[in-house]
Amino acid sequence: MERRKFLSTVGLGAVAVALPHELLATPVFDFSIDDKGNFKGHEFPELPYSFDALEPHIDKMTMEIHYDRHHRGYFKKFMAAIEGTDHASTPMSKLFAGVSKLPTGIRNNGGGFYNHTLFWNNMSGKKTRPSDKLKKAIEDAFGSWEKFREEFNRAAATRFGSGWAWLVMDAKKKLFVGSTPNQDNPLMDVSELRGTPLLALDVWEHAYYLKYQNKRPDYVSAFWNVINWDEVNRRFDKALEL
Amino acid sequence: MNHKLPKLPYEKDALKPYISEETIDFHYGKHHQAYVDKLNGLIPGTQFEDAGLEAIIKNADGGIFNNGAQVWNHSFYFSSFSPEGRREPSGELSDAINGTFGSFEKFREEFNKSAATLFGSGWAWLVKNKDGKLSIVQKSNAGNPLRDGLTPLLTCDVWEHAYYIDYRNKRPDYLKSFWEIIDWDIIASRY
Repeated sequence: MERRKFLSTVGLGAVAVALPHELLATPVFDFSIDDKGNFKGHEFPELPYSFDALEPHIDKMTMEIHYDRHHRGYFKKFMAAIEGTDHASTPMSKLFAGVSKLPTGIRNNGGGFYNHTLFWNNMSGKKTRPSDKLKKAIEDAFGSWEKFREEFNRAAATRFGSGWAWLVMDAKKKLFVGSTPNQDNPLMDVSELRGTPLLALDVWEHAYYLKYQNKRPDYVSAFWNVINWDEVNRRFDKALEL
Repeated sequence: MNHKLPKLPYEKDALKPYISEETIDFHYGKHHQAYVDKLNGLIPGTQFEDAGLEAIIKNADGGIFNNGAQVWNHSFYFSSFSPEGRREPSGELSDAINGTFGSFEKFREEFNKSAATLFGSGWAWLVKNKDGKLSIVQKSNAGNPLRDGLTPLLTCDVWEHAYYIDYRNKRPDYLKSFWEIIDWDIIASRY
């Protein structure tokens, strides 16, 4: 109990100052924005690799169902929630920055749509490596690479119910890890965890149940084999510029 | 107090084809068991060391609440089913359901809607309040209506682990099957 309390205090201590949504209006973090910073609409993304690309760590059937049913379901419901409203032409990051005042359908389905896109992109079947710059920032923030892994794994393992684990950069450019419930994310004003998301891990049971069943920690360990560090490096570099 | 996993009141394959033996193996054998084990690991040295599950549900927070409530919720859920049993309410409970919801069919629709729209992990409940009035409530994660002073009569687990092996993302299909295994004599005994 003491340990638990200590950890949650550490988590709360890391809560960052909210980033104004304008700063995130870059296609690296807001997929509804073009290279010039203009709203271009919402699109259901292609999976950046084949369904079996992450085998054996994440199996083909899980990827098929996760992408084609769950992710597509969130996208469709999100589009239905904004269709014909003022929100239909609002960039995603701006919706999230004020999501507390919007219908829960936008929070839940917009979050589900966005988080999964981020998640697919931060995985890859190819071997990639964190940049020296990212490694140093992580060692500065967590003490060591091993400690970062431990903290991230703990955030993923202790999120009770459905949710996401994150590596986030706060407004002071400091890195920290944490988790959010359901489809909330660090861009949302309702989230205790605020900042720019660099790495996302889905810990809804649907993300791992077919292969790992009740063994979430095994799934979380396997995730480290398929992280696309090229993408995390890119997000890290961009987040430093914001 | 050492909490124990209650015995399943039927064989593990008894709810086929609605709930598979594999699902019961994991859901009862792994998830339910893990909540019992975690609760037993958390309570020593706390004020809940000798508390019953209802007291834990009403008063605890954090890990003790989550695991204690999940032990209770799963025991309640698994003990609502039987391979053979009355599949529709009768007697006073039937009258109460008809009086509150219009008909059993309408009640089912409302309950299904509650279970289908609960976002994330959680439970849909049919409850009775202090005046005996029925209502349907949604509870996230380990939530339990006892904490609000309500009496649970029926619950449906909509954590994905309850249906993912058998139904994947199709929660509505799981909900359809749910009605085929409820034993209404058991539910009536709670009323």
